[in-house]
Amino acid sequence: MADYKYDHKVINELVEGTLEWYQLKNMMSSHKDADRFKVYREVMQERVSWDDPILLPLGLHLYIVLKENGDRIVKCDCGHEFCDYQENWKVHANIFVRDDEEKMNEIYPVLMAPDPEWQVIREYYCPSCAAQLEVEAVTPWYPVIHDFEPDIDTFYKDWVKLPLPEVKSK
Amino acid sequence: MKTIEEVQNKKVPIGWDGKTLKEMRAEIDRVSKETGYYAGLEDLKFKESDPIRFEKIFSKLRGGVVHARETAKKVAASPIVEQEGELCFSLYTPEADSIVTSTGIIIHVGTMGAAIKFMIDKDYEDNPGIKDGDIFCNNDNHVGNVHTCDVHTLVPIFWEGELLGWVGGVTHVIDTGASGPGSMPMGPVQRYDDGYQITCRKIGENDELSKDWLLESTRSVRGSKYWTLDEKTRVAGCHMIRDLVLDVVKEEGADNYKQFMREIIEDGRRGFVNQVKTMTIPGTYRAASFIDVPFEGLDLPKFAQQDSIIHTPSEIKIHKDAHLEIDFEGASRWGWHPFNATPVSITSGIWVMLAQTLVPNDRINDGAYYASSFGIPLGSWFSPDDIRSAHSNTWHGLVAGWTPLWRGLSRGYWGRGFLEEINAGNAHTSNWLQGGGYDHHGELSALNSFESAACGVGASAVKDGISHSAALWNPEGDMGDMEIWEVLEPLIFMGREILPGSGGSGKYRGGNGWQSLRLGWGAKEWTMLVAGSGAMATDCGLMGGYPGAAGYRFSAYNTDLKERIEKRLPLPLGGDTDPDDPGYEKNLKAETINRDRQAVTTQEEFGDYDLMLNYLRGGPGFGDPLDRDPKEVENDLNEQFILPRFAESTFGCVYEEKDGEFVVDLKATKEKRKEMRQQRLEKSVPTKEWMKEEKERILNKDASKQVQLMFAESFALSKKFTDEFKEFWDIDEDWMVYEDDLNVTKLGRHINRFKDAK
Repeated sequence: MADYKYDHKVINELVEGTLEWYQLKNMMSSHKDADRFKVYREVMQERVSWDDPILLPLGLHLYIVLKENGDRIVKCDCGHEFCDYQENWKVHANIFVRDDEEKMNEIYPVLMAPDPEWQVIREYYCPSCAAQLEVEAVTPWYPVIHDFEPDIDTFYKDWVKLPLPEVKSK
Repeated sequence: MKTIEEVQNKKVPIGWDGKTLKEMRAEIDRVSKETGYYAGLEDLKFKESDPIRFEKIFSKLRGGVVHARETAKKVAASPIVEQEGELCFSLYTPEADSIVTSTGIIIHVGTMGAAIKFMIDKDYEDNPGIKDGDIFCNNDNHVGNVHTCDVHTLVPIFWEGELLGWVGGVTHVIDTGASGPGSMPMGPVQRYDDGYQITCRKIGENDELSKDWLLESTRSVRGSKYWTLDEKTRVAGCHMIRDLVLDVVKEEGADNYKQFMREIIEDGRRGFVNQVKTMTIPGTYRAASFIDVPFEGLDLPKFAQQDSIIHTPSEIKIHKDAHLEIDFEGASRWGWHPFNATPVSITSGIWVMLAQTLVPNDRINDGAYYASSFGIPLGSWFSPDDIRSAHSNTWHGLVAGWTPLWRGLSRGYWGRGFLEEINAGNAHTSNWLQGGGYDHHGELSALNSFESAACGVGASAVKDGISHSAALWNPEGDMGDMEIWEVLEPLIFMGREILPGSGGSGKYRGGNGWQSLRLGWGAKEWTMLVAGSGAMATDCGLMGGYPGAAGYRFSAYNTDLKERIEKRLPLPLGGDTDPDDPGYEKNLKAETINRDRQAVTTQEEFGDYDLMLNYLRGGPGFGDPLDRDPKEVENDLNEQFILPRFAESTFGCVYEEKDGEFVVDLKATKEKRKEMRQQRLEKSVPTKEWMKEEKERILNKDASKQVQLMFAESFALSKKFTDEFKEFWDIDEDWMVYEDDLNVTKLGRHINRFKDAK
């Protein structure tokens, strides 16, 4: 791993949040290591219990993975599979909406919470492990926001110039 | 020897090679567009052939503009400039493209450039003329300024009769004579309330300011001493930088300097593209932000007394070639409030953020501008189609409107593994505590407490956000010393404390905000107001984290504090630690106490022993709060970063308190969190099921008037937003919410795609 600025151990500690401040500060202040992605993807793969190759980490707990049939889907680290990666995974999640003072007051003192007449807080959970995957603070009626649609092929082919991960033959 | 044109008193163009500035501007635009390279520079010949000399020139200029800022700010008396560093200097090409800029409020790289471009477009070269030693001033919002209080000084730099470039300096002046006191007042609802506006005016010749200018300007503002010394600050800095440039030219030659200017911008463009490619992922990122405009019942013209919401959807596209495009289609209409903005202010402000994350280096210049594009809807709150729009407190909307950018970029950083760069968003940098009148020195003055330069920072993906730290618009911001504020403002500090829980909860907590309690003291005649977010949170949190808390106000008028002080009774002191269990009122009686979400107010008389709380917001959180290390929650409790009751309800941590020390029970916490996760599954529903219920509410028009108005404005301005809304909710073609049906003012609602259809 001598070719890489940060090895698996360091990147794993970065993900864990256990790097010392001086290490983080150095990392923040240095020129960015363009090759980070390769090590990072491998580290993330090592951290999950399933074998589907990770194409792209999508969020805390969420990944875009490759299935045997070639499908690219959004998957939780607990193993729950949401949908095709081009769809909005939130539409396939569970939702809880804080739309009154009482529900808001579980999170904020009353005066420090949004006024539900103006704004609600939507929490999106994984239907299997119940991880809170995203929070939206939006007005009532607001469409569920499709946060990110990555162009995975351009990213691999033209930007990081890496082959797309493949499903391991069993 | 004079040329024949000069003998015949004909004006000679001041641009390069006998061109006018207008011709130069058009040429740069055309060539850059046609070639895709700034000024058509496919090769950076100077940089590549003599890189050390090239970098030496850059370092001299960069060091010089930073030095000029640091030196010049000591001239100022205004705490906003001297304490908070609300100033910036930038160096431009003759066509007004920025080549190098100082630290500070670098949003003005764009706004001062817009002012110079305005002068070029209006043929200032012919009238009033541009010559060596001239001094120009601009703060006109509609020219492209952020708001009236940002006053620009612009000085041309000549070499042997040719315009070599411009230097601009800006300070945030404490008062510019608006209808309300302070630099960002509430009260203005039209341009004509916004205060003293100077439209790119020549205010001096031969390096000397005109007497008529000095008299008129100082009579047009409150706090003329601040105005005067701010101007001296700007002029001094500009002249220092002009001298520096002339020294560089003497040493390096004019031709090399000209080539350097072109290449450094193209280098900036390439550097930006490279950073985008190194740190992000191509694709489409979407987010939205909101902020409340709770104007119903305020002391304003009837047509402005209306609750509304400033809505800013952002679609960020990172193209295959790393071109960055941000489209704001669907944004709210401009309105009769002082929170409108200009296209330059919203786009230029984006560079302030990018300088803190994507391009954290000193190569900030207009190169990045040439590597990006923006979709700015005409008629929206940041592109008003009417010169009457007011802008005095434009940051109210801008600070909210920029939060999607942090979240979007952070999703890219997450995918690439640059977790250390992730930022869940920015705090709404408010309340703005402002006032004016005859102060404790008997002088006509004004204040705008710039404590908001130190709000909570958003959490990252690897650590908590920093509390009471910075503002997105000035990464070098500072809360200022209490002692200095007390010298300059007729307000005594009764407390200055962190506000627990003001940062958004999460695996990593947003940095907390804080509070200052101020007591009126010594002013002869004084009024006060506040401006901040109240009914809404202005960000979303990221990947499971919660938004930073919303705002509120506390103020008390005609109190019994004089008597309590005389009797040595307990006083309201410190922070308003838990607004659900108000502490101040236990040690206070008053004729009027305001404790509510009305965080924007108009002027009210404010006397001795009156009280006002300034609450500076916290940043948003990152990740699921149930993933937070229980030991960190224990620390939060012991350091009073959170209120104890939220340790359990939000973080799922079971704790015991003994002698004021909190200890989290790890085993019980594990069980509690398991239970809470189960409860989440029980209380939530599949999103698709919820969507059916929400669709019914939409069809029944079941929402507050301000929410309906927000959608009606976006529908009226944007077919794309309307189509996407209807497609998402699967709503029939004939369903619609019209502004006309909501009993709101018709004034200013010019652009409306339903005008003829309905």
